[in-house]
Amino acid sequence: MGILTWTWILVGITFALYIGIAIWARAGSSKEFYVAGGGVPPILNGMATAADWMSAASFISLAGIISFAGYDGSVYLMGWTGGYVLLALLLAPYLRKFGKFTVPDFIGDRYYSNTARIVAVIAALVVSFTYVAGQMRGVGIVFSRYLEVEIDTGVYIGMAIVLFYAVLGGMKGITYTQVAQYCVLIFAFMVPAIFISFQMTGNPIPMLGFGAEGSDGIYLLDKLDGLQRELGFHEYTSGQKSMVDVFAITVALMVGTAGLPHVIVRFFTVPKVADARKSAGWALLFIAILYTTVPAVAVFARIKLIEEVSNKEYAELPQWFGNWEKTGLIKFDDKNGDGLVQYVANKEVNELSIDRDIMVLANPEIAQLPNWVIALVGAGGLAAALSTAAGLLLVIASSISHDLIKKIINPKISEKGELIAARVSAAVAVVVAGYFGINPPGFVAAVVALAFGLAAASFFPAILLGIFDKRMNKEGAISGMITGLLLMLFYMAKYKLHWIGDPTVDTAENWWFGISPEGFGTVAMLANFIVSVVVSRLTPAPPQEVQDIVEDIRIPSGAGEAIDH
Amino acid sequence: MSKTNKQAYWRENLKYLAILLTIWFLVSYGAGILWVEQLNAFTLGGFKLGFWFAQQGAMYVFVILIFVYMKIMNTLDKKYGYNED
Repeated sequence: MGILTWTWILVGITFALYIGIAIWARAGSSKEFYVAGGGVPPILNGMATAADWMSAASFISLAGIISFAGYDGSVYLMGWTGGYVLLALLLAPYLRKFGKFTVPDFIGDRYYSNTARIVAVIAALVVSFTYVAGQMRGVGIVFSRYLEVEIDTGVYIGMAIVLFYAVLGGMKGITYTQVAQYCVLIFAFMVPAIFISFQMTGNPIPMLGFGAEGSDGIYLLDKLDGLQRELGFHEYTSGQKSMVDVFAITVALMVGTAGLPHVIVRFFTVPKVADARKSAGWALLFIAILYTTVPAVAVFARIKLIEEVSNKEYAELPQWFGNWEKTGLIKFDDKNGDGLVQYVANKEVNELSIDRDIMVLANPEIAQLPNWVIALVGAGGLAAALSTAAGLLLVIASSISHDLIKKIINPKISEKGELIAARVSAAVAVVVAGYFGINPPGFVAAVVALAFGLAAASFFPAILLGIFDKRMNKEGAISGMITGLLLMLFYMAKYKLHWIGDPTVDTAENWWFGISPEGFGTVAMLANFIVSVVVSRLTPAPPQEVQDIVEDIRIPSGAGEAIDH
Repeated sequence: MSKTNKQAYWRENLKYLAILLTIWFLVSYGAGILWVEQLNAFTLGGFKLGFWFAQQGAMYVFVILIFVYMKIMNTLDKKYGYNED
């Protein structure tokens, strides 16, 4: 059977599975809609969190990014996993004990202020919308590459599926579909990686394979460093970025991860505080399986690509090259007319341009794996994109129906009314996200990476201080959040989007402290912390009942009742 | 659940947090970033050691840290009578 037939079969089966689960697990109450009734077993919640967390970007693009960046790509590996340690140790257990439905819930109650709640809602919406637009686009791209439909058609199909199970099932439906999606995506990622690792090194475990010797008895990484030097690229295992920037980006990604509302909210779904800790452990384990394989795939793919293509006759290149040339992901321009492919660092001489996504998408073909494995990668990419989109849409829906409508606009809304409001908000959010997926504003790609900076600069300090600093009051938290958010937006607008200032002056040489916009969340977060602490000490202490809440969330027992408020 | 009991529990929790977060910092920001050059002088099989920490080792330690914290806290919860099973 051909690749296309296999892809339709695998995608059809997995989609039928997701829809079946959604019908089985539909939400009957607002509590089920927001937090799956608080009854999800920790290991399943860990899997759902992993699927929620790993987007189309993790699945398709990350290995390619690392393949080209080498050591510098480590910021994403450490940054997107290390945040779970912060989450498990500093936030998740306490937020679970607090026992409400959303992050703005915590901010609003802990800082006894609807202003704080609204600032948090706005931050949650900004972060989630920038993120979800990229996901819908990702769904469209995967559809178009594997099923040969238009990108826009792909977005519509993706919207229909997500609409169905997010609106019907709420958090409960999403959680159980995400469990299935995790299984699909991890299987789809590991199978080709294991095949290729075995092929190249004789060791089937990719995490060990990329540190092993190839068939010629040379360590793969030494060989790659050598190939890179030969072609004029930087050595794979050493970095190009400045140490301070690598440090800042890693901090921003870690702290941003811990501050992302769609990740935090997952820990409201387990029954007890002890389960929140356990669930974070499982989540990181499931995430780490993919994240420790990614750098191995990056190395395998880069070596294969250089070996198969560099200095070879264009006319005699293998079949896969032509296949991917058609998609425009790989381009050859014979500048010196010698019929050979020159792939070198020098841009004047280089004749090959490669899209980074090809490292995952074309890898199974380059390694000549069976057609069903190639098709599996498509189903995996879709699972990754859909699960993340659904999680984000739920945050958007609950921010509107719970934080805005129930808590601020109409506190008297009935349980049934709130559930309807939640479903309508979810449906509207899907449509808006789909619109951005079809008409992506130019700045989305640039902004997605910065969503972490925004989360780091706004939420993380407010939540952390809310738990660990009893003296923190609303004046401190609100001024801190606003400072962090504005500072981050200002830096983005100046150095990334060039909306303000002079683009010729706002270059890398003039970055503050030598820190790139991607790493600036770290600086904005520190500013948030300093402003919060200073302002809170100059203004009155929070009321006694709030201080009692803080005392209470530090003690793990009794979380079960807390959620039935 | 007296007040002193709560405070003692919280102090012990903070102590463990400090220890575990120090390890978290050392394996990632320490071994993977600040001292990566020096560690790259050593090898682990085909890996330069600093590179290995940045792309593998730090992540393994992260997973272990969370499970260790879970174990420690389950014991601590029992010790102070805050466990729920």
